[in-house]
Amino acid sequence: MSFDEEYFNIGRLDRLSYQDTVVHRLDPRAKVVCTLLFLFTVISFPKYELAALMPFFLFPVLLTTLGDIPVKFLLKKVAIVSPFAIFIGIFNPILDTRTVAVIAGVPLSAGWLSFLSILIKFTLTISAALLLIATTSFPGICHALRRLGVPAVFVSQLLFLYRYLFVLMEEVMRLVRARDMRSFGNRGSGMKVVARLIGALFIRTVERAERIYSAMLTRGFNGDMPSLKEYRFRSNDGLYISLTIVFLAVFRFFPVTDMLGHFIQESLR
Amino acid sequence: MHMADALLSPAVGATFWAGTLAAIGYASKKLKENLDDKMIPLMGVMGAFIFASQMINFTIPGTGSSGHLGGGMILAIILGPYAALLAMASVLTVQALFFADGGLLALGCNIWNLGIYPCFLVYPLIYKPMAGDGKSPQRILFASLASVVLALQLGAFSVVMETVLSNKSELPFGAFVLLMQPLHLAIGMVEGLVTAGVISYVRSARPELSSSLAASRPPEASVSLKNVVVGFAMLTLITGGALSWFASTHPDGLEWAIQKVTGKTELVEQKHGIALVLKDIQEKTAILPDYNFKPDADAAKRNEKAPARPGIEAGTSVAGIVGAMIVLGFILLIGLGIKTIRRRHRQ
Repeated sequence: MSFDEEYFNIGRLDRLSYQDTVVHRLDPRAKVVCTLLFLFTVISFPKYELAALMPFFLFPVLLTTLGDIPVKFLLKKVAIVSPFAIFIGIFNPILDTRTVAVIAGVPLSAGWLSFLSILIKFTLTISAALLLIATTSFPGICHALRRLGVPAVFVSQLLFLYRYLFVLMEEVMRLVRARDMRSFGNRGSGMKVVARLIGALFIRTVERAERIYSAMLTRGFNGDMPSLKEYRFRSNDGLYISLTIVFLAVFRFFPVTDMLGHFIQESLR
Repeated sequence: MHMADALLSPAVGATFWAGTLAAIGYASKKLKENLDDKMIPLMGVMGAFIFASQMINFTIPGTGSSGHLGGGMILAIILGPYAALLAMASVLTVQALFFADGGLLALGCNIWNLGIYPCFLVYPLIYKPMAGDGKSPQRILFASLASVVLALQLGAFSVVMETVLSNKSELPFGAFVLLMQPLHLAIGMVEGLVTAGVISYVRSARPELSSSLAASRPPEASVSLKNVVVGFAMLTLITGGALSWFASTHPDGLEWAIQKVTGKTELVEQKHGIALVLKDIQEKTAILPDYNFKPDADAAKRNEKAPARPGIEAGTSVAGIVGAMIVLGFILLIGLGIKTIRRRHRQ
């Protein structure tokens, strides 16, 4: 599978989000709030922190297993977007070469420490965001955003974007296939042709928008997008939020990993 | 290039989110004041259009590598600044959620870098005066080229600022700027040409389309240079104020942590040079004295007299590694346990 196909393979995430598990049944608001709290806690750790970040893997692991999300698929998605973080982070070991520890004879520099810390934070934050969408459908998230006070205009056009994304992507695939069939090697991938292709896509898009609008008018559209599915905030959701807060607070403010390591060392001695 | 969560500090992330949310709120309010219902589906579908058009790759002349459209400027030209900001923000939101491009905390920064600059700064100040009534293809070409390049330069500079302010990367400001600006200059040139090509193609193929689009788009407040400058100055003041507040309460990530660990604002010994930094890191990786299970006087003494190879002697980093292994193993076990139970349950 090529990079582009992988990159635009969003249909699978969408299908995953319509499963019915403990995680999927939680209220979207609860999931959005907890994910944001988790992200803030993770990135609030200082630059050189490693050990204390480890317990936070529990959050994505629980969501993945309880939510029936395929691990391999998730890891692949994380790997695809990693280049930017690696590109910026790799300068740390090059520029920051002070030795902070010698482990089994190998000196460890501060730069490697902060680079590893960036990579771990990256894995945690990206998988949390992907898990949010994989366990809460996109309309669910939009609904949560609306209820959390995001302006209605913004939310309804988010919903529109999502709905027509799939349609337009198929349109583009037809355009690209037609171009590829008529061009050998690299011909046809120059800027002039591409500008016209995008222009053609644009005209089709605007015409489609006009048809959609008249179809919606005949069905009584008045600027609002009501949702048929009713979400209610239940005791389960309250429990989920409180457990998440306790978990985050405990592992943020107490060096549990270090304490555990010390305890083991002492008892082995 | 999208900013990533892992490179961001909470203060910077929150500040840019605040600025971005304010801008989205302002744009929504402006749109609501005189909204043509027709605009809502158009904005949404245009967002999807930007997304879909990014699938069309083109070769960048002379390099052999390929690029794709960014989109902020094209949206601003077609939808006007307010609607374009919302459309761009939703494109970036979908990217952050489905492709984890950037991340949710960095989304505020990304909307700022790729949405607010083209829509609120470059479009009214550069594109509109340069393109005029938009009838001459030459003017469109130069206007789009200049504005896309400028918008991307501002965006790239913002990524540098955000990364440097967050202080998670060691890249020095100067080198980072030299790395990012020329790179985005090349990308901007190509994107500017493609943007100009699309706009003029649409104008020549369907001239009536642009006028009908222009009719349904909300009227813009007459943007004067003064308003924009005053607005950005205010935002800068707020941003700077918020950042300096964070900066003053938490001197810097590392120091803040040390302060929390040791309860002191300053370390007593070794006030200068690399040794101090090493000491900092050692203090940082060292366990809290209060949390020690068996206070070990010997370890403390060794700690004090051996600053040359800090960290390892105290056994603290080893403890960290041991602890990390155990925690990870534990989490893995939990995960595998749940998976087996669920599988058995299903059968």
